[in-house]
Amino acid sequence: MAAAIEAENLVKTFGDVRALDGVSLDVPEGTVLGLLGPNGAGKTTTVRVLTTLLQPDSGRATVAGVDVLKHPNKVRSLIGLSGQYAAVDEYLTGRENLQMVGELYQMSARDAKKRALELLEWFNLAEAADRTAKTYSGGMRRRLDLAAALVVRPPVMFLDEPTTGLDPRNRLALWEVIETLVEQGTTLLLTTQYLEEADRLAHDIAVVDHGKVIARGTADELKREIGGERIEVVVRAADLVPEAVAALTPYAKGDPTVEKNTRRITVPVSGGARVLADAIRELDARSIEIDDIGLRRPTLDDVFLSLTGHVTEGGAGEDEEGGPVAAGKGRRGQGKDA
Amino acid sequence: MTLSDTRGAIGGAPVTPRRGVAATAHDSWVVAKRNLRRMTRIPEIVVFGLMQPVMFVLLFSYVMGGAIAIPGAPPSHQTYIEYLMAGIFAQTVTFAVAGASAGIAEDMTKGLVDRFRSLPMSRAAVLTGRTLADLVQTAFILVVLALVALLVGWRIHNGVLDMLAAFGLLLLLGYAFSWIGALIGLSVRSPEAATSAGLIWLFPLTFVSNAFVPVSSMPGWLQPVAYWNPFSATVQACRSLFGNQLGPVPDAWPMQHAALVSVVWSLVIMALFSWLAVRKYRRAAG
Repeated sequence: MAAAIEAENLVKTFGDVRALDGVSLDVPEGTVLGLLGPNGAGKTTTVRVLTTLLQPDSGRATVAGVDVLKHPNKVRSLIGLSGQYAAVDEYLTGRENLQMVGELYQMSARDAKKRALELLEWFNLAEAADRTAKTYSGGMRRRLDLAAALVVRPPVMFLDEPTTGLDPRNRLALWEVIETLVEQGTTLLLTTQYLEEADRLAHDIAVVDHGKVIARGTADELKREIGGERIEVVVRAADLVPEAVAALTPYAKGDPTVEKNTRRITVPVSGGARVLADAIRELDARSIEIDDIGLRRPTLDDVFLSLTGHVTEGGAGEDEEGGPVAAGKGRRGQGKDA
Repeated sequence: MTLSDTRGAIGGAPVTPRRGVAATAHDSWVVAKRNLRRMTRIPEIVVFGLMQPVMFVLLFSYVMGGAIAIPGAPPSHQTYIEYLMAGIFAQTVTFAVAGASAGIAEDMTKGLVDRFRSLPMSRAAVLTGRTLADLVQTAFILVVLALVALLVGWRIHNGVLDMLAAFGLLLLLGYAFSWIGALIGLSVRSPEAATSAGLIWLFPLTFVSNAFVPVSSMPGWLQPVAYWNPFSATVQACRSLFGNQLGPVPDAWPMQHAALVSVVWSLVIMALFSWLAVRKYRRAAG
């Protein structure tokens, strides 16, 4: 399959800061690449270079086979860009915004009008079509912004943190729209801080940190790479902990960890559900009462943490609220001293 | 699947490419339309754009008019308002700078400039569209201001054609200055900074001129500066065209050839700043 987006060794410095330190990536046609990374990692800069907004100091990039540096205007007619903040004119109505974008994509005024109407209907904005965007809710503005990126049905789309700041319902709705686009064959480069979003939408994930791609693969591949299947058991009473640890040790692929106050034992394993079944039988045979047991696979959060040494902003905010229970150095609620 | 198949499957882009001047004209018109729509939806901007010069007319003519002596006439409200109006008109058109700079800075911070720059449109159109819309607004303000001035005693003495010529010079100057505003708007980080950066240098420019007091009343070393000020040439040309020149035209060369100097200044400013601004727009990194 041909690559719809290809970047080789992109370097961009702002003063002393090396925003891009040799970013290379390729997105096969019709697939979604999730660009995952903390703020300032270089995600947005990468998108800005690929969408012709920013000249790299060095490197090469093509979009839909067209050289971004040599033929930027050709590239612009093949892409749609939807940014972090909804780039719509708040003093124009939804209809006027889309019509303007259509005309600037060089459509005839009549086609632009027709297309605006189609998009407004598709994005559930028909009723608000003649209200200024100022009166729109955050979710509506974001939909309008995405609609503006879709005016010419571009084969390649760039979405820079499309759902940042949206409530879960609106996020879900936007995900469904994005999935429809991909089903229809659009190639998509998506930046996000939400691991869940990358997990759900992206075929492939590139983890970016300090201006470099530090890992690349499907969500499953990345999770496998950092390994770490484990069984988590919560026993009924604190005095059962030592015996439970003894029961589980034969299955462990590493040292079990114990959280005393929650009576939780975590044991790294390999072998999946079969090991879990064996472990349950063993605990049962020793009559150790348990409140909870489960097999835990690493989440993209774990991948991110292990690759970059810090949690994502999205995750951190939510988790840190989580609890006074959060033990010791761990920034997260549950014990995950992997 | 090839790329063209992909595009077919989802409809394909009905793009008819325009090139060169036609593209710039079309895209500028689309952007100008957008900015004019905005103006009708934020009428406060036009209202405040009007209030400032109206206030100046009233304050200058009623408060200071009696004290400022115009060569060739005794100090009075009537003679001073005739002298004053060319200066107020010229100051009003140059203050359009602030509109352009704030508007473009706002488009930058809101991400609209990114949206425009990602579209296959002319690289000059966002700025040209803005300056053209400002020109329309300036013309509207001039008309209203002229009516107010007529109410408080301003009169023209050389007929309508000369008056239209004067307004032409004023609009040309205003248009040239809005390109300075465009450059400022692209260069500063926030719309608030753009407003002050757009205005602050206009005060010395408009006051070290013949707009409000005769240059002959200034210290000797300042007089050449005031006479060669692009602003003074336009003011002098308009004053003569309105028939508001009470005494003889000052002897300085730029005053004797005011209309010519005014046009040349405006064209030079427009050429220089439109070139700088479009260059900046191409490279603009948010």
